[in-house]
Amino acid sequence: MQTSSAFLQLLVAGISTGSIYALIALGFNVVFKSTGAMNFAQGEWVVMGGMISALLLGTFSSVGVACLLAVLLVAIFGLLSERLVIRPLRHPTALLITLVSIGLSICTRSFVMLTLGKKPVGYPGFSGATTISLGGVTFQAQTLWIVGLTLAFLVIMHFFFERSMLGKALRAAAADREAAAIVGVRVETTILISFGIAAFAGALAGAIITPLTLASYDQGAMFGFKGFSAAMLGGVGSLPGAVVGGLALGLLEAFGSFYISSDFKDAIAFAVLLLILFVRPSGLLGRADVVKV
Amino acid sequence: MTAKLLQVDNLFCHFDGVIAVADLSFSVRAGEIKAVIGPNGAGKSTLFNMIAGVTRPSAGQIRFDDERIDHLPTFRRARRGIARTFQNLQIFRDMSVLENVMVGRHMRSAAGMTQAILHSSALRAEERAIAAAAMDLLDRFGLASKAQTQAGTLSFGQLKVLELARSLACEPRLLLLDEPAAGLPHAEADRMGEIISSLNRDGMTVLLVEHNMRMVMSLSHDILVLNNGRRIAEGTADEVRRHPEVLAAYLGEAEDA
Repeated sequence: MQTSSAFLQLLVAGISTGSIYALIALGFNVVFKSTGAMNFAQGEWVVMGGMISALLLGTFSSVGVACLLAVLLVAIFGLLSERLVIRPLRHPTALLITLVSIGLSICTRSFVMLTLGKKPVGYPGFSGATTISLGGVTFQAQTLWIVGLTLAFLVIMHFFFERSMLGKALRAAAADREAAAIVGVRVETTILISFGIAAFAGALAGAIITPLTLASYDQGAMFGFKGFSAAMLGGVGSLPGAVVGGLALGLLEAFGSFYISSDFKDAIAFAVLLLILFVRPSGLLGRADVVKV
Repeated sequence: MTAKLLQVDNLFCHFDGVIAVADLSFSVRAGEIKAVIGPNGAGKSTLFNMIAGVTRPSAGQIRFDDERIDHLPTFRRARRGIARTFQNLQIFRDMSVLENVMVGRHMRSAAGMTQAILHSSALRAEERAIAAAAMDLLDRFGLASKAQTQAGTLSFGQLKVLELARSLACEPRLLLLDEPAAGLPHAEADRMGEIISSLNRDGMTVLLVEHNMRMVMSLSHDILVLNNGRRIAEGTADEVRRHPEVLAAYLGEAEDA
């Protein structure tokens, strides 16, 4: 492989994986903003997105329809998780919610294993197994779907948070709960919605990546960890931070595994996380003063 | 005789055995400005927190418009018409000035999540209406030119006015003002006083905690004096000023300061 085309090939792979990480990181960030907690059930929702899409494909012949329904179902699952597990906490501190989310992730994983099975599942991409060759780079059409759908979702989220009244209320509650409540914002509802958005984003990531990687019940922790690293890298709690962190991590992994060794692919994420925690805990786009737990 | 908008009966609040408010009863009539004064630690902030729904009373009742509200969460009280400003400004600093006020009108928005995501045309019209109303408020308080500025960059005095504008966006019937003049230079404090007075002329009922005695004495129709969580006096500025217990507990030391 020529150096320049290898470079482009890695670039495409990095952006595609990075999109997935960005979606997962967005889930982390939305929940962090509303609760101050790290939600470690985030990765399980990614797995659910892929596995439920595969299941629904048995009933609906269209991959697109199956994925859309699966993502919506997982979003509802996320809402229920908040309602049943987080809301009942008497003193919902950030630390407590984080710990409870670890329990939630283990329960979710078992639930997925018992109901959807241990076998990895997959399905064809949204445009079948079409591959695209462009300027010496060959990639699956699904890659375009991944990047396009991620982009579309991020744009919708941006307008939701910046323009809509509900989005403004969410931001207000994230910034100052007491002041938001005093102007009539129901803070519990904003937390509920943040879990719904996080589950939706995670499931979307799972639904669009599964045609390339297969989905299996035990991948949640790794997805969660990668998304967490991306969130930390970009700056926890920020929407642009999720995008920057996700893409940076995806590209680092792609280039690292090619130029160093593919054995180190996952280690790169760990190394990045440790480095960030040591050197710049607020992330690339984060401000030092935003983290108050 | 005007109706009582807020009625507090035998209110108690203690934290770990420390009594913050003890057996407090008073009422606020619709249309009046009532001030609550007292030395630090007198229980003024605790009282405000109990009325706004941040702190639960240990005993006693709070009635707003003849209905008990002491069991309601903060946002429900806000929706019934109780708004407040905070002693230490609680502005959404990363949002624009206009957005701060728009959030105050959030409860006028009927839109749910689905509509917000789909961004329907009805919703857009509603958002425009909310933005326009918020803009009118900013205009009234001389902040219109700052509408798109990030709130955190405003001066302290402007933030105080912005917080007031945000609380008014809720269209409250009772305004709780927690030290609106604190930290303001003389001229700005006077202007804040004028704003409060003009709101009151338009019919707003105000409950005011303030250390600036000049402002309290000139604005208030009625003054409630607390010390150690208890009421020691209540009446007009002149009555309170002459009250021996008040002089002993509070005014003497305030005028020295």
